[in-house]
Amino acid sequence: MSTATSGTEEMAVRDVINQALGEEMERDERVYIQGIDVNGRGGTSNILKGLDERFGDERVRNTPISEVSIVGSALGAAATGMRPVVEIMYCGFLGVAGDQLLNQVAKMRYMFGGKLDLPLTIRTKNVMGANAAAQHSQALHHWLAAIPGLKVVCTSTPADTKGLLKAAVRSNDPVMVFEHGGVYNRKGEVPTEDYVYEIGEAAVERPGEDVTVVATQNQLWNAFEAADRVDDVSVEVVSPRTISPLDTETIAESARKTGRCVVVDDTPLSYGTQSQFATTIYENAFFDLDFPVQRIGVNDVPTPFSPSLEDEVIPDTDDIADAIRKLA
Amino acid sequence: MSPADEAKREIPADERIEMLRTMRRIREFESVVQNKFADAEIPGFLHLYIGQEAIATGVCHALEEKDYLTSTHRGHGHCIARGLDTDRMAAELYGKETGYCNGKGGSMHIADVEAGMLGANGIVAGGIPIATGAALSAKMRDTDEVAVSFFGDGALSEGAFHESFNQAAIWELPLIGVIENNQYGEMTGLDEQHPPSTLDDLTIYGEPYGVHRERIDGMDVEEVYRTAMEAVERARNGGGPTLIECVAYRFEGHHEGDSQFYRPEGELDEWKQRDPLLTYPEKLVDEGVITEAEYVDMEEGIETEIQEAIEFARESPLPDPEQAYEGLYAEGGEGA
Repeated sequence: MSTATSGTEEMAVRDVINQALGEEMERDERVYIQGIDVNGRGGTSNILKGLDERFGDERVRNTPISEVSIVGSALGAAATGMRPVVEIMYCGFLGVAGDQLLNQVAKMRYMFGGKLDLPLTIRTKNVMGANAAAQHSQALHHWLAAIPGLKVVCTSTPADTKGLLKAAVRSNDPVMVFEHGGVYNRKGEVPTEDYVYEIGEAAVERPGEDVTVVATQNQLWNAFEAADRVDDVSVEVVSPRTISPLDTETIAESARKTGRCVVVDDTPLSYGTQSQFATTIYENAFFDLDFPVQRIGVNDVPTPFSPSLEDEVIPDTDDIADAIRKLA
Repeated sequence: MSPADEAKREIPADERIEMLRTMRRIREFESVVQNKFADAEIPGFLHLYIGQEAIATGVCHALEEKDYLTSTHRGHGHCIARGLDTDRMAAELYGKETGYCNGKGGSMHIADVEAGMLGANGIVAGGIPIATGAALSAKMRDTDEVAVSFFGDGALSEGAFHESFNQAAIWELPLIGVIENNQYGEMTGLDEQHPPSTLDDLTIYGEPYGVHRERIDGMDVEEVYRTAMEAVERARNGGGPTLIECVAYRFEGHHEGDSQFYRPEGELDEWKQRDPLLTYPEKLVDEGVITEAEYVDMEEGIETEIQEAIEFARESPLPDPEQAYEGLYAEGGEGA
């Protein structure tokens, strides 16, 4: 963050998204929104409500239910002078846009010799715990982060939502912004001034001495709760904020200090981001570790529908607190 | 047709000569790189445009500098017709630093965004959504630019085609889709790729979207040019998308090295009678637009150009291996 001279206000994540996009659209007339139900309903989570009236139908553009074309036409617009902000309702629908993400958006700049800017923001949301079953309940930032050429950020708090979303819109590269349905109504203090968070920078959200917890999105909030609960252990909570490119140094520095790490995310344990976080720690802090890194995530099943089943598979505060106690 | 319309359709002599030159340059480039590929000088895959020159030429001559196009894996002809330099194209095929993509793209990915050429594309139908976005951008920026997407008959089976034309029709975008019906999708004939009801007119795939449709002879550069001019004019004036089927034939295999087991005997020879590089020079000589001697001069000049392009490619350095890590992301920029 550039400066911290202004005041703050308490806001919910959902209102921050609306405010940040509104400000970016005012700041730059090339910024526009396209997606399903973005105009009228304000997007599937009603977050964009009111932007249509402020900016008109041209700049808050309802699309047919055509993810290939939604993403691909935004790419073409980004390559020719616009700065599109796309909404993909649920991250599971990214699969429908598969080729455009994998082979076009991610590779266009590099494959053409680095000769064009692609100021394209793709917002989507991870969802867990909404009893929506496997197609609507999953976290997929690890999937996109595995494709070189896409920058991937995960928003978690009101303050980082503003900083990261604005950075994405102003970036000249394609940025995937993964929101999380579980944090939309979370509130927190947000600086009132205009600011961006650097893409590629993690943050120590809460300093501590004994155990490091690296956590994203809803799990970040669970990590705060777990840290409060184990009040005899000094817990340092680190938010990666950007998944790709990952800020290895901030994570490693914390690991070197505490020597004991828990990594938690809503992605599957196998090939999820937990593995990348853990590898970062092993490669950069191996000789300072007292214990193996504890990975917490979904145990390699699709998210089931029934509340009793879904509660079983999604990591929660108890899981994080137990892991902290195990290490402390 | 009224005399006024007839006059409008008359193509100036210099434009006709330039179209002949463009087609001849494409043919020469393709024939030479075909040999260099066979000699193992060119790495990777090679998909040749030989036989289809009239399509890229007729369409691109109807465009202005401000317009956009997307191409396919068979994209050399579109690049040349768009005005890209054959030396930098050849260098890209050779994987050299001086190529259009600094050796990162190769034959299937030549692009020159500054020239409005938004890329050849290795994914069938992959460029159609991108062209749709360029057309959207043109409209939102309140310009009269248009976007053309070239694609094969095979692309009509991809969702990307349908999603794009649906969206372009709803938004009345200045998009022109050019179906290059070369009779084969890879190594499989049309009749195994599309139902019988479509084979007489593949633009039927655009019918539900209500776009303007034209089915024309893709071996006749002037018919392609006239049709493209009309589509461009309509798009520039807010008349929305057009879908043009150019019926043609692919003289070479899907890629170099393809045994072409699937071609019925005699089919190729029959189509070669209509080779635009045979018929069009003849036509222009017959009509006194160009003399035989002038055409020979033109051919010699083109042979020299392409030979020099190959020399440029051969002599250019390979990229430094470290360059593999450059060009992925934009330098600087706020929050970048």
